[in-house]
Amino acid sequence: MIFILLSIIFLVLRVMPGDPVLAMLGDKAPMSQIQEMRHRLGLDKPLYMQFFDYLFNLLRGNLGNSLIWGRRPIAVEILEHFPATLELTIGSMIVMLLVGVFTGAQSAYRRDSPTDYGFRMFGILIYSIPIFWFGMVLQLIFGVYLKWLPIAGRIDPFLTPRGITGLYTVDSLLAGDILGFVSATQHLILPSLTLGLVLSGIFTRLTRVNMLDILRQDFVAAARARGLKENTVLYKYALRNAFIPILTMIGLQFALLLAGAVLTETTFSWPGMGSYLIERISYRDFPAIQGAVVFFAALVAAVSVAVDMIYAYLDPRIRY
Amino acid sequence: MKSLSGIPARLLLRKGPKGAEVYLAVAGAVLLATVIALTFLAPYIAPYNPIIEVAPALQPPSSQYPMGTDHLGRDVYSRVLYGAIVALEVSAISVLLSSTLGTVLGLFSGYSGGKMDRVFSMVMDSIYAFPGLILAIAIAAMMGPGLVNMSIAIAVVYIPTYFRMIRGQVLQTREQLYVEAARALGAKNSTILFRYIFANIIPSLVVVLSLNVADAILTEAGLSYLGLGIPPPTPDWGFDLSKGKSYLPGGYWWMITFPGIMILIVVLGFSLLGEGLNEILSPRLRER
Amino acid sequence: MPPLLSVQELVVQYSTLRGEVKAVNDVSFSLETAATLGLVGESACGKSTLGFSILRIVPPPGRILGGKIELQGVDLINLPLEEMRRIRGSQVSMIFQDPMTSLNPLLRIRDHFIELFQTHEPSIKKEEAVARTVRLFDALGIAEDRIGDYPHQFSGGMRQRVMIGLALALEPRLVIADEPTTSLDVIVEAQVLELLKLLREKRRLTLILITHNIGIVAEMTDLVAVMYAGQIVEIGPTGDIFEDPLHPYTKGLLESAPNVLHPEQSMRPIPGIPPDLASPPTGCKFHPRCPRAFKPCPLREPTPMAQGRRLVACHLYD
Repeated sequence: MIFILLSIIFLVLRVMPGDPVLAMLGDKAPMSQIQEMRHRLGLDKPLYMQFFDYLFNLLRGNLGNSLIWGRRPIAVEILEHFPATLELTIGSMIVMLLVGVFTGAQSAYRRDSPTDYGFRMFGILIYSIPIFWFGMVLQLIFGVYLKWLPIAGRIDPFLTPRGITGLYTVDSLLAGDILGFVSATQHLILPSLTLGLVLSGIFTRLTRVNMLDILRQDFVAAARARGLKENTVLYKYALRNAFIPILTMIGLQFALLLAGAVLTETTFSWPGMGSYLIERISYRDFPAIQGAVVFFAALVAAVSVAVDMIYAYLDPRIRY
Repeated sequence: MKSLSGIPARLLLRKGPKGAEVYLAVAGAVLLATVIALTFLAPYIAPYNPIIEVAPALQPPSSQYPMGTDHLGRDVYSRVLYGAIVALEVSAISVLLSSTLGTVLGLFSGYSGGKMDRVFSMVMDSIYAFPGLILAIAIAAMMGPGLVNMSIAIAVVYIPTYFRMIRGQVLQTREQLYVEAARALGAKNSTILFRYIFANIIPSLVVVLSLNVADAILTEAGLSYLGLGIPPPTPDWGFDLSKGKSYLPGGYWWMITFPGIMILIVVLGFSLLGEGLNEILSPRLRER
Repeated sequence: MPPLLSVQELVVQYSTLRGEVKAVNDVSFSLETAATLGLVGESACGKSTLGFSILRIVPPPGRILGGKIELQGVDLINLPLEEMRRIRGSQVSMIFQDPMTSLNPLLRIRDHFIELFQTHEPSIKKEEAVARTVRLFDALGIAEDRIGDYPHQFSGGMRQRVMIGLALALEPRLVIADEPTTSLDVIVEAQVLELLKLLREKRRLTLILITHNIGIVAEMTDLVAVMYAGQIVEIGPTGDIFEDPLHPYTKGLLESAPNVLHPEQSMRPIPGIPPDLASPPTGCKFHPRCPRAFKPCPLREPTPMAQGRRLVACHLYD
């Protein structure tokens, strides 16, 4: 399936109307320059050959070189930006799950009560908010008016940790740098809240539906009939079983998370892959754009596989 | 389907407060009707021309300029009103495109079966799995700015949704005995097509359309926000938000608040409509 | 000696889209210790709901509207929830119908038991819980080495044995079996019924057997209550009722089942369909399908009358 994705990306980026070379050089550029650029990008070869080149390079991990600023390998640039996106994604996922699963479970448990309707409305409402606008509103309230939290960047520049994971929060913690950790966390809060809260709207509904499904199963009634405590029934019996399909949902929603990350990163000047992509677009750095999109595809595919594996591990019906 | 008590599940549908779902859909519809009305009336009720400078820049809301002025001295209120036009136009076009294409392809693929179907399905599934906004960004970036280009970019993202829905319905209907019976009685393929497949799909289709528009508006706003949308000076909510962002640290809140609220209202309207219709047309039997 | 269980004028109602449905409509009966009561009737006649009400686990949108359920004098309906919880599983327990879905797929079988013991006897040590589980498995006829398996690794019959085990683990006084063998094939069903009989003997269990299969009723029960549309239409000793069914519905039920001793007799199903409980018939609820219906039937509901050692609710015996 990733093959198909890659092919589609190729098609989109090469076959779409609009000549990237002209876009890069401007249409007043001399013909020789245009031709030279075309040649350099391999755009003068027949399409099928371009496609093979593309795949071949990808297999070797070669995403080409950036057209700007010293022609650095794109793969390196992307890997530099990736940890930032990873950190944001993890932060947002935590928020999304905490809020979404909790509200969904409560909703299902108190079906048709005011709580249920309240949470569901909240879910619809919050998902309707444009992510970037929500980010800006939070920036306004917590950054500009209350001045509690920073509104841009990942960390106080002087406190940047050198580290192994690239996740500033983790790295500073590992290095015992408390100030760094605090700064990194402070910077992480608003972006994570932005992305996490908006996307939690979907999770509320997903959790609710799954929980309702599980709650009406016989084994839940049987557990109650044995006199087990309500908490046990709700969490150990219902939620744990509902969690497995929810986990699959996380895999599916990861694409949404990435898409939202692009918007969040641009809003908070968060130097992740989203910012990278947008920046490269403004520079018309065509190979970099392609490289970034390919990387996104690879990420989505990788997460999908990872989720399948975790699912297989968690569900004893598959393990045994 | 029996439930625990032995009473057929279809009788055990929950009774919420009388028709709460209807309120949902109605609320959505009302919101939308207002917004759509405003859109059409915009040229008549907007107090100022939205693309020219009419006042000193960066004025907070006042009686003369109820939503303040932006960094180029334009009236935010007028820009907000006109902004609806672009949002609704783009989403309408893109939803129309994607639903038509998706439906046609879904019908074709579902009916043909075999290799054709498998290939199409794989392609569609791949697109579906990919982050929509990023795909739209890529396409829009390649195609350049403009209303049509943006609509196409957004349309591509949602084609798989319709494809999967229609194809699923085709496959399901094909299996049904009553279709076989109808065919045995000499019904034409086209009759089967329209009568059974469409009749079954209409409720879901309406819901999906509604929610699709909501999503499309958000995507459009996102694209404009990122600079990939309609070129200035056309009023566009996403674009105005991106401009307003630079003035945020200075506390100029009105430039982003109002366009953002508008997006929220329109999207909420379509979402409520879609969710409400969903509850009405396929009652919570689904959840049992 | 007072009866173990006494149900008086129980009413259980469900809220549905079509209106309020009385799944259990003014039901009264009592049950002596060590007796087995069969609760028989067509689908949706209220027998399962009746079973759930005794444990107070009627699923929403259903709720107990009125009446009394007394377990050795203690009114279960008005008991505080926490005390009811303590009674569930230890004094009154239930065997569910579908063994495929009655066990937590994520818990090993032995953990089901350990959890049960630890909930009701918080001071119990894990080793002891395990030991008791092993002893139970013995009584149930399950191999000890299967104790660590997950539910999906067990066959249907074995899972039902587990269910029985869970229901009997804490030596309850009353066991309610809701269609315990409906999901099982005939051979396994026979085994499970044998097991039930054995355990009932050994432990002097009081059993309520809910089923639509009158063959099982004949084989397993001392008393039988025939339910229709949420009401008990006839209740009495099993032998008496089988020999000479009084209520036309009971007669119809017996005639609609195959008779091994007289295979030449054709089975006669009861004409018509069960009533819509949202808008039930007037008077006696069975009258539209009753071959012996006459003047008073559509007008008044019959009250249960004593006939020999049983009660019948039918105008024929007023």
